[in-house]
Parts: sequence; structure tokens; C-alpha cells
Amino acid sequence: MRIVVPVKQVAVVDEDFELVDGGSAVDPDFLEWSLNEWDEFSVEAALQMGDEVIVVTVGEEEATEGLLACLAKGADRALRIWDPALEGADALAVARVLAAAVGRESPDLVLCGVQSSDAVNSATGIGLAAHLDLPHLAVARAISADGDSLTVERELEGGLIEVVRVGLPALLTVQTGINEPRYANLRAIKQAREKPLEVLDLAGLGLSESDVDAARGSRLRKLAVPEAGEGAEMLQGSPAEVATRIREIVAERLSA
Amino acid sequence: MSGVLVVAEARRGELREVTLELIGAAKGLGQGPLSVAVVDHDPSRFADRLALDGVDAVLAVKTPGEHFEPHVAQSALEGLIAAEQPSLVLLAHSIDSLGFAPAVAARGGLGFASDVTRIWWEDGPVVGRSAYGGKLEAELDFPGRDTVLLLLRGGTFEPAEPGGAAPAWREVAVELREPRSEHVEFREVEAGDVDITKADFLLSVGRGIEDKDNVEQFEELAERLGATLSVSRPLVDAGWVPGARQVGQSGKTVKPKVYLALGISGAVQHLAGMRGADTIIAVNTDPEAPIFSVAHYGAVADLFDVAEQLEQQSG
Repeated sequence: MRIVVPVKQVAVVDEDFELVDGGSAVDPDFLEWSLNEWDEFSVEAALQMGDEVIVVTVGEEEATEGLLACLAKGADRALRIWDPALEGADALAVARVLAAAVGRESPDLVLCGVQSSDAVNSATGIGLAAHLDLPHLAVARAISADGDSLTVERELEGGLIEVVRVGLPALLTVQTGINEPRYANLRAIKQAREKPLEVLDLAGLGLSESDVDAARGSRLRKLAVPEAGEGAEMLQGSPAEVATRIREIVAERLSA
Repeated sequence: MSGVLVVAEARRGELREVTLELIGAAKGLGQGPLSVAVVDHDPSRFADRLALDGVDAVLAVKTPGEHFEPHVAQSALEGLIAAEQPSLVLLAHSIDSLGFAPAVAARGGLGFASDVTRIWWEDGPVVGRSAYGGKLEAELDFPGRDTVLLLLRGGTFEPAEPGGAAPAWREVAVELREPRSEHVEFREVEAGDVDITKADFLLSVGRGIEDKDNVEQFEELAERLGATLSVSRPLVDAGWVPGARQVGQSGKTVKPKVYLALGISGAVQHLAGMRGADTIIAVNTDPEAPIFSVAHYGAVADLFDVAEQLEQQSG
């Protein structure tokens, strides 16, 4: 089974940070990058089920590190797509670009993370499925393959699970906890650099800037620090004093 | 293009409460006629619940299958949008919506945003949503999009009050796609030895406890304090604690008298499951942890230090 896994290098904002251009973006000096937590699980699921695993990302140079991590774990090939026209691309624009990249691989299965931890759109995977006209299911907590079909447990709200069957090819979004992601050993990390890692721009995928614009779902007007709510009453003092206050509050509220 | 189309959400024959929140949000915008679409095997079963002030019409689309199927739902919504030409479409940011709404937006070239927590109207809709783990809010608009589809975060918008005249009921003939997946069954996540939704006092721990071997210590602390132990998602994902103890969107929604969170930073999905607690007390080393935004009492402290003191003081 050939499986394509779209992944994302996500940004974590430092505790103190600054915005640029009145809020158009976070100053990159205050960002740290890592592979999206959900993608650790989708990659692992692909490695367990696939004969050939291809990882794809849309991102600038810093995303190479995430691809190398996937290659070190055992993915066969990687593709990174970047173009200045993709600056600020939203989930649906990224889905359109991924569609061009994933489509040319004719995969049996596409596994995406449910969401990325920085943007939390939860939309890229299913948007991608729409462009490829693939059957799709969101939020899988278990997958088992049986010939040309999959049995999938969808994780619904409130501890409910729906068991669903779907034929291949298909696209699933994968929830954390579905498996135990492996770690790559040092040798594999070294060898990852020998594996194919292709870099393409929009033209390389046969796309133009207007294709991306047409696919865009929204425009970012600005980022701002959210207005704080009323906030918690902060308990001060030593751990002992904090514990004493907590016990008083608990006792009072439980008897109320 | 005019008016607002709310897509009701139902599961196993029950209307989900978030539907009323969508209607409340739509009413608040005051942007033309408000229709509620019911895509279901038997739409009429929700007629009473949808008799709400401000709802102008219920648009019923009957599906052949009893349960939600994303490709059928997708074609139903595409057909409804083509027939009704709404300027705004509102759905819940729910697991079912995530399975088809982005596909509708992608195929239709619609304006789109998910996990929306604020909406207002300028020349068109403008929305606020959280970014970078709640540290920032992103403000989005949708220039050049005649129809905008939004997924609204549950528990955020005021629900429409029950009561009102029955709205006009209209069956809408929509060409539905064949299902591309097959429902097998519903299952509850493994039932545990406890029902955390019944507890008055929950002691809740998360990633902060660092090690599987520490779970037992917090079970003992909970017992000593007269609390029930609950957890956030990472501990269930890691297999340290059974799923029945999980609080959050994919776990249980709890409303205890006291919720004491030790070392839980407060991801959105976790907050969704516990913000209804009467009193929330949070202990975390990170003063910026989102849990403090919903807590009534907070302490910036190491959870192990506080836990040790709680244990000692409880004799």
C-alpha cells in the first residue's frame, strides 16, 4: 500500500514575544519549530500499514527538519513545497497545493493529522480529500486494513466511538493516541539525509499564484493578544500556604 | 446572496445542544432571514425543538441512512447552498462537521473559518479565533467570497432561548450523493470503575505529572482529599489511565462543585469539558497557562510541591 502523509512543521510562540507590522505575524525570532504532534501519529500509522510512505509538507526551509525526522523514522521519500506566494496561506489554500502534490503520487491511502497545534483549523485534510475526490473520514482513533477496505473507529464527542467501513483509496485524519510513535535511532537520523527529499515551487506543481488565491478561505487581518477575562484570583505564598487556601476553598465550596 | 443558514447537528436521533448556540449566534448577527437546515433520516422529529423565536424557516433534507455520513452530508449542504444562496452558513465545530464542512468550502470556493469564537459584521462577516495555543487571537475576513461557511466553537455562543412559534417547514429536494462509508456501530469508550460526571469534587491531573509511576500518588491524594481522580487527554493517549477518566471534548463533560487542576495547561479541548464546574482551582508553573483564564482561583506553583503539602495537611 502506498501511503502519502501530509505533515506540518508547527510554530510554538515563546512566553514573551513581539508582533510585526501591527499584528500581521509573530516576529519569527520568537518562534520555535517542531513537527506537529498529530503528525507523529499519522506517520507512525503509515509506517505500520504502508509498503511505501511519502511525506509531504508546505513550508519554508525550517520544515525540512520535520521531513528529515519522518525519513529517519522510516518514510521512503519526502517532498517540500514552498513559494513566496504561499506566505500566509490558510488551510484551504494549503489543501489546494497539497492536492497537486499528493494527486501525482496516486496513493492508496492519505493520512493527515486531525489538526495542527499552532493553527488548529482541522480543515486541511478534509479540504485535500475534496480536491482529490477521495472518500474521507475525520478523527480516526483506530484503523485496521482488510484487503481493499478499512475499518475505522471515529472518535466522537463525549467518549462515543463510531465504527465505520470505507473502501480504498481514501483519506483519514488521525487522532493522537492511535499508536505509539517510534523514535529514530542515531544511525537512522544520519541515513535520513541520504533519502530523496524533493523541493518544489508552485510552478513545479503546475500551479499558479491565482490558483492559490482562488482556493483561499480567509484573509488574516491581524493577530492580537486576546482580551483577558476576569481572570482567576491568584493565591500567593509558599506551597504550604497555597495548599492551605486550596483546602479551605474546597471545604467551603463542598459544603455550600 | 442573503440570509443565514444554520446547519443543525443531530446524533442517534437527538438534536445536539450546540445547534441552539448556532441559532443564538445567527440571531445576534441580524443579517436577514434565518433558516435552519435539518439533514436527517427523519427531520420532523426535531420540529418542536426548532420552534424558536427568530427562526424563519426549517429546511428539511431527508437522508436514506439513519446515521451521519460525511459524503451524504456534504452533498446535502452543497445542494442547500446552491438552492438558498445564503451569505453565511453556520455549523458546529464538531467531529461530524470536521468530516465534511471543509470539503464543502474547498469545492465551492467559499469563505471558510473553523473553531470560531467571535463573529461580527462589517461589510461582511469578520471572525475571531484562537491561534498559537490561545496566546493570540487571529482576526479573519473573507474578501470576495459571496458565501462564508463558519464552524463555531461549542460552549461559546449564547444558546437561543426555547419557545416561539413554529417556523415555516419546507422540504428541500437535494440530489444526495451515495454514501462512501458504511456505519457499523456506535460504541462507548471502555467503561471504567468510576463515573467522573457524578463526582462533586474532581482532582484532575495532566501531562505535568511527568511519569506513569506518579499516577498512583495522585490516586492516593484524591482519595485522601475525598476527590475523584480525572485526567486530561495526554495521560489517556499514553495509556497511563483508562479513557473513562478523561475530561474534555473527546472525554466527559463534567460539572463538579470543585475542579482542582494540577499541572493542566488547559488546551481548548480540555476546557470544553470542565468550564462548567462551579469552582475551578488551577495550579500551574506557567503563569500564561490558558487554564487560568477559566479558573476562579489560581496558583503559579509546582504541582508536586502543592500536592505534597495537600497530602501532609490532610493528615
